[in-house]
Amino acid sequence: MDNTGGNIPRFSIALISATALCYEILLARLFAIIQWHHFAYMIISLALLGYGVSGAFLSVFAERLRNHFAATFIVNILLFGLALPACFLLAQHIPFNAEEILWDWRQQVRLFGIYLLLMLPFFFAANAIGLSMMVMGGKISRIYAADMMGAGIGSALVIALLFYLMPNQVLQVLAVMAAAAACAAWIELRLPRNKYTFALAIALLLPVAIPNQWLELSMSPYKGLQQLLRIDGTQTIKTLSSPLGLVHVVESKIIPLRHAPGLSLYATIEPPPQLAVFSDGDNMTVINKAVANMEQLVYFDQQTSAAPYHLLNANTVAILGAGTGNDVLQALYHEIPDIHAVELNPQITGLLTGEFAEYSGNLYLKPQVQIHVAEARGFIASSRQHYDVIQIAMLDAFGASSAGLYALSESYLYTTEAFQDYLNHLTPNGFLSITRWVKLPPRDNLKMFATALQALENLKVEHPEKHLLLVRSWQTATLLVKKSELTGSDIEKIKSFCTNLGFDTAYYPGIEATEANRFNILREPVFFQATTALAGDTGAAFTRQYKFNIAPATDDRPYFFNFFKWGLLSELIALKDQGGIPLVEWGYMVLIATLIQAVAASAILILLPLIFSRKNLIPKDRYTAIGLLYFFSLGLAFLFIEVAFIQKFVLFLHHPLYAIAVTLAAFLLFAGMGSHYSKHLQTRFGYSSSVRTAITGIIVLGIFYTMGLGTLFSLLLPSTIFIKIPVTLFIIAPLAFFMGMPFPLALSTISESVPALVPWVWGVNGCASVISAILAMILAMHFGFTVVIVSALMLYLAAMLLFAGFPRANSVSR
Amino acid sequence: MTRLISSSLLIAILAFSALLPADDRYTSARQALVKEIISDVQETSIYLDKDALDPRVMDAMAKVPRHEFVPFLQKPYSYQNRPLPIGHGQTISQPYIVAIMTDLLKPKAGDRVLEIGTGSGYQAAILSEIVSEVYTIEIIGALGEQAEEHFKRLNYRNIQSRIGDGYYGWESAAPFDGIVVTAAASHVPPPLIEQLKPGGRMVIPVGSPFLVQHLVIVEKHTDGKITSKQILPVRFVPLTGGH
Repeated sequence: MDNTGGNIPRFSIALISATALCYEILLARLFAIIQWHHFAYMIISLALLGYGVSGAFLSVFAERLRNHFAATFIVNILLFGLALPACFLLAQHIPFNAEEILWDWRQQVRLFGIYLLLMLPFFFAANAIGLSMMVMGGKISRIYAADMMGAGIGSALVIALLFYLMPNQVLQVLAVMAAAAACAAWIELRLPRNKYTFALAIALLLPVAIPNQWLELSMSPYKGLQQLLRIDGTQTIKTLSSPLGLVHVVESKIIPLRHAPGLSLYATIEPPPQLAVFSDGDNMTVINKAVANMEQLVYFDQQTSAAPYHLLNANTVAILGAGTGNDVLQALYHEIPDIHAVELNPQITGLLTGEFAEYSGNLYLKPQVQIHVAEARGFIASSRQHYDVIQIAMLDAFGASSAGLYALSESYLYTTEAFQDYLNHLTPNGFLSITRWVKLPPRDNLKMFATALQALENLKVEHPEKHLLLVRSWQTATLLVKKSELTGSDIEKIKSFCTNLGFDTAYYPGIEATEANRFNILREPVFFQATTALAGDTGAAFTRQYKFNIAPATDDRPYFFNFFKWGLLSELIALKDQGGIPLVEWGYMVLIATLIQAVAASAILILLPLIFSRKNLIPKDRYTAIGLLYFFSLGLAFLFIEVAFIQKFVLFLHHPLYAIAVTLAAFLLFAGMGSHYSKHLQTRFGYSSSVRTAITGIIVLGIFYTMGLGTLFSLLLPSTIFIKIPVTLFIIAPLAFFMGMPFPLALSTISESVPALVPWVWGVNGCASVISAILAMILAMHFGFTVVIVSALMLYLAAMLLFAGFPRANSVSR
Repeated sequence: MTRLISSSLLIAILAFSALLPADDRYTSARQALVKEIISDVQETSIYLDKDALDPRVMDAMAKVPRHEFVPFLQKPYSYQNRPLPIGHGQTISQPYIVAIMTDLLKPKAGDRVLEIGTGSGYQAAILSEIVSEVYTIEIIGALGEQAEEHFKRLNYRNIQSRIGDGYYGWESAAPFDGIVVTAAASHVPPPLIEQLKPGGRMVIPVGSPFLVQHLVIVEKHTDGKITSKQILPVRFVPLTGGH
């Protein structure tokens, strides 16, 4: 059966896995740049079904491929390397426009075309690994170990690559890595050196020769950057890339930019010259040119976000998400002597401390301004200082925000626990100030209001409703939460601020309906109605009955931007030609559409081999059914735990990049070690005991972590990242180690008893993994990540019970 | 599937109608679209505070050949009630939204109206059927030139167009009875409010190129007060479910 001479191409397999995982993460980056990230999520999830397609393919063609393992293995790696850049470069030229998808059937066809193209690289990679497992049945644990450890290295490697190279250059690197995997396979399989060896060596260099113009990213013409660049006199003057985003700085020489969202209708002065800064081609913000006279910045006082500066004489202000410094400039305009600007992306702050420092009047180098390159929540949580104002900047563009595109993004900035942190870091009369776009019907402003109420309640504040103010213009609304109760003087000041600038007070304690709808008139004073209902005794009932989801987000369910409720869907679809489509909350819909497509495609991919495989090759008996359920459960459970723990560690490590890189790499590496060790375990104790031990370990640790991690994280909150990362590794190591065992143990059993099932269950596991990542997010949105972990533990328990019904191989190894 | 069949049928009908004289082409499709808008408006009446739009607006919608303002490949879809891409990252708005926006301006025969963001030129053409003078400014050169060519070819003589910065409006032609700002703007430019006559109205669609979320009307009252109204152009009530 094994025609490899007994050599496992471990290095080659690890390199394929590393490259495939890098490619998966890179695709997310690339599609976030050329499209929008929610469609990126759908496209990549479906593309990963290439693993499922491979399982079906190998099941049907097993016999033919088995006899030509070495050639087939190497050809698949080479095709993987070829498809890797080629399929993306072709796919990005398919003119898919997400915004037309419910109106224009051609967009659905184009999307399907993109799926098919992007599935190909994963299909070839999975073929190579699946084929190895099929041919080298007795060494599955080692192959799986190489696969997992390679993926673990890949997850960290791609982050490093994205720091040093542009995303399209990373594509070339990955193609070289794939070609290197083919060369490694040639050596590991001890194939003779001949003209093909020479051709392989040449293949290594081919990706470097891809012309630059082929590699250029083809961004959607509807993204903000593309729209701006169509105006005469505009040009990109700086491009920076990191895993946090692709940053473009654009100057407009002829027509000034004049970016000032939320400006009062009574404003008379236009903003000074500006440079536009885009992140992933969207979410425009600006660097303001230094002005000779601060009075030229009066427009910063004519926005709803200026409200806190009219309520108290602030000395210390923290600006979370400072970006290119607009809120910092607003604070400076109000003569704040101590400003703490917190920004996650060092490349953004670097623009203002480096090349554009002079242009901005050395804004970030002023003595009043302290820059903190940090994640906002983590900064506040570990800060020992108290602030008069904590201001959360408007970080997203209206278009993306209003279409619900951020629904899939977890945000720990807007949870009740986060609000509690902010309130705990305010001076006794300090204000938390959050400005967001106004949407109709209202969504985020109300969710923010409900979150603030909940946070105040959690802090045992006696009258939470007496701490809140909401002011709105036609475009933005600012929520103010005071640490102490609002006074009559506060209310008079805010009323005066609003009257002078034509803003409305949507809520203050004791507000009357007539005061809430004077300047920016809505048919019904919905902001007033909703906020007074939320602040009153009927708050919970109002939240339940409201058409959009405005229940506060929590750290366990950190989906602030998910406003979707099922009751809405049919109504909005029915109104699609009558203005209804723009109100559809796309993020959640995309998630559900992805799940439906993944489940349907998986069902086909799992059933096809049963129909088309040669007679009796895949038995249609209860063992096959048990195998299906076992590997499906494992696929679901593994990803459930991985996804949930990544989220838990995002909150602990307080940096999304470190959290994803460290957690993912740790899970995969330690699972790889577990897989490798599983062979020894099985040799000593047999298959059943080994599976029981591994799954018991997972369940015990899972329960322990679910109950104890919160306390541990609170204790270590002020620690530095250099302590937190080793702690993270220490926590994940034993859990992941056990999680690496059930798959190879069961696959080895099957390879001994029903070898034809090996590629099929490999495909089943691939399909389940795709479904799992999507399902985990849906479960987390509705029930929280704790439920995701508990579900995973139950699936593992089910798998343990199912294993008892596996076809009996020798209970102790041969 | 229904969409697929109806689109295919529409393409087939339009392909067949290509054999007909140019004037007759698309006429029935346009009339059907107008009927659809009339029905949609009735259903949205609660938000618009009226059962029907100004008859002059609907006459203009029935008269202006939308297919002349879209790229060749989009012509088969030109009378579908949806926005269409017109190149340069821009769209021609959904006819239903164009009709409502025009109506919200409360245009009168002798009015002078300014449009910021000419785009395809379709909105200006609709306005030109109702008011006496339309001034329109487009920031993207290629689009502005294309729209100007449409205006000349279709003989819209009361439309003055130019390419450039719309922020300062069209001072030499100010003040205006109405202003439509279809270009994306982070705020309402103060010069435009200045160029609005007391009692005049400005209409701004808010959203992305394909998806208009809501409409904003800025009103300059005779006493100098400036207010805005936000209108949701969709039948969507009530906000709290369970009723």
